[in-house]
Amino acid sequence: MNLLNYTLRIADSSLISAQRLSEWCSKGPTLEEDIALSNISLDLFGQANGFLEYASEIDGSKSADDFAFKRNEREFYNLKITEQENGHFGDTIARLFFCSAFNFLFYTELSKSKDETLSALAAKSLKEVKYHLKHSKSWMIRLGDGTEESKLKIQESLNSIWQFTGEFFEMDKIDIEISDSGIGVNNTSLKEEWNKIVNDTLDQAKLTRPEDMYMQTGSKKGLHTECLGHLLSEMQYLPRAYPDAKW
Amino acid sequence: MKEQQFQEKIDLEKKIEPKDWMPVDYRKHLIRQISQHAHSEIIGMQPEGNWISRAPSLRAKMILLAKVQDEAGHGLYLYSACETLGISREELVEQLQDGKAKYSSIFNYPTLSWADMGAVGWLVDGAAIVNQVSLQRTSYGPYSRGMVKICKEESFHQRQGYEIMADMANGTPQQKEMAQDALNRFWWPSIMMFGPQDSDSPRTGNAMKWKIKRQFNDELRQKFIDQTVGQAEVIGLTIPDPDLKWNEEKGHYDFGEMDWDEFWSVVNGNGPCNIQRLEHHKKAHSDGKWVREAAKDYSKKQKSTETN
Repeated sequence: MNLLNYTLRIADSSLISAQRLSEWCSKGPTLEEDIALSNISLDLFGQANGFLEYASEIDGSKSADDFAFKRNEREFYNLKITEQENGHFGDTIARLFFCSAFNFLFYTELSKSKDETLSALAAKSLKEVKYHLKHSKSWMIRLGDGTEESKLKIQESLNSIWQFTGEFFEMDKIDIEISDSGIGVNNTSLKEEWNKIVNDTLDQAKLTRPEDMYMQTGSKKGLHTECLGHLLSEMQYLPRAYPDAKW
Repeated sequence: MKEQQFQEKIDLEKKIEPKDWMPVDYRKHLIRQISQHAHSEIIGMQPEGNWISRAPSLRAKMILLAKVQDEAGHGLYLYSACETLGISREELVEQLQDGKAKYSSIFNYPTLSWADMGAVGWLVDGAAIVNQVSLQRTSYGPYSRGMVKICKEESFHQRQGYEIMADMANGTPQQKEMAQDALNRFWWPSIMMFGPQDSDSPRTGNAMKWKIKRQFNDELRQKFIDQTVGQAEVIGLTIPDPDLKWNEEKGHYDFGEMDWDEFWSVVNGNGPCNIQRLEHHKKAHSDGKWVREAAKDYSKKQKSTETN
């Protein structure tokens, strides 16, 4: 049961990030960037699909699609940062950068998991998130060290998304249990490396690390921001409206 | 003299390359046609993009997103092919936004149900392929090579569209109704994608002689209809044309009269989504201005640090 929950946490963060990023399609600042964001979104959907397939296997009755399209808000365990609205390009990049830096460290560890499926899924995801990190980092630097306007904008994006970065490193009972058994990751131990990546990037980008502040929490219990309900109602509309249909 | 050599080359089926001499009108015709094609790929992202967030399964979502991304890629090749003729992407985008350049009118129709993703892939991409297969032999090298690449991906798009349509047509009564409705709405606009009848086509001019265009509009349209009728029958959908009938003597289907008033009206800006499509494009472009400027400034700074 706890392994199912643990797997869903990973899957949900990928799924919700992917869904958000896919909203950029046809709206990118350049054609090249439009393609890049769709690409990252596709990687994340692929990752979500892999972890949801595994969840389906553990569960034994629900399919990956059932998990994606037929659960309610309180049954989703994605990190709150992933469900935040896209905002402008800088807001999306700041969110993507923080998540990618975390994902990179998280999958590096998870690829050593004793659970063969999780370890294989993590190894595959790791290759992709390396690119996501590289891409978002390069935009952080370009926006931070670009024009006055871009510097101001990306700094504001950082400041406003910062409150959601505390959740990366939380450990609840399930995390501790799964991590102690050699299957899961000790999130707390990733913080130092994450800080290094972030501080190094912000230095290069000539941006200021936001002050420590109130940190959001709750997603491990299925408690979310108001953004998630809207995202799900759009994403789940067809399977919910036509429950008998096969697509 | 030069013109004669140019024509001889074309008659021998040799490709014209960017640095070769070419008549002013050949260049002009190509810029118009290739940019129109590029803009169609880019504007065409919108009607399908409209359903990415609502695709009903993970698989459907990934396929649709990959498909729309392919279209962005096609737009990119085609803008590059166009740039070899001495015009910049910025100028091309400006022409699109000013309404000076056109894009395929089909994208001025809305996508109202999930079945429309099937109809767009099956019919719209299907019609586009018939045209593009013929353009693989176009006389301008970069355009021809672009078409070869694009055709490969488009045939995958067409198959996935048909698969959606088939699943819907064989699904619940509501799904079948959506599928038939999508076919009803997209059929006529799709066959009008081949442009006006050749007797009314204002721009054919030298395009055939120069082998920019390799087949007539009516010929391509007929080919598309002939191949599509059977596909509709297989999945149990009805093409909304009471005059559609196999003509044994000609070996082709006869079909009804197209509504050319509607065609010209949409071409001239009065279709259900003409304004929205351009507004969407302009908004994305203007929202992205600060990002493009930042990237430009950053790269300038980097270059000046390197030289110092």
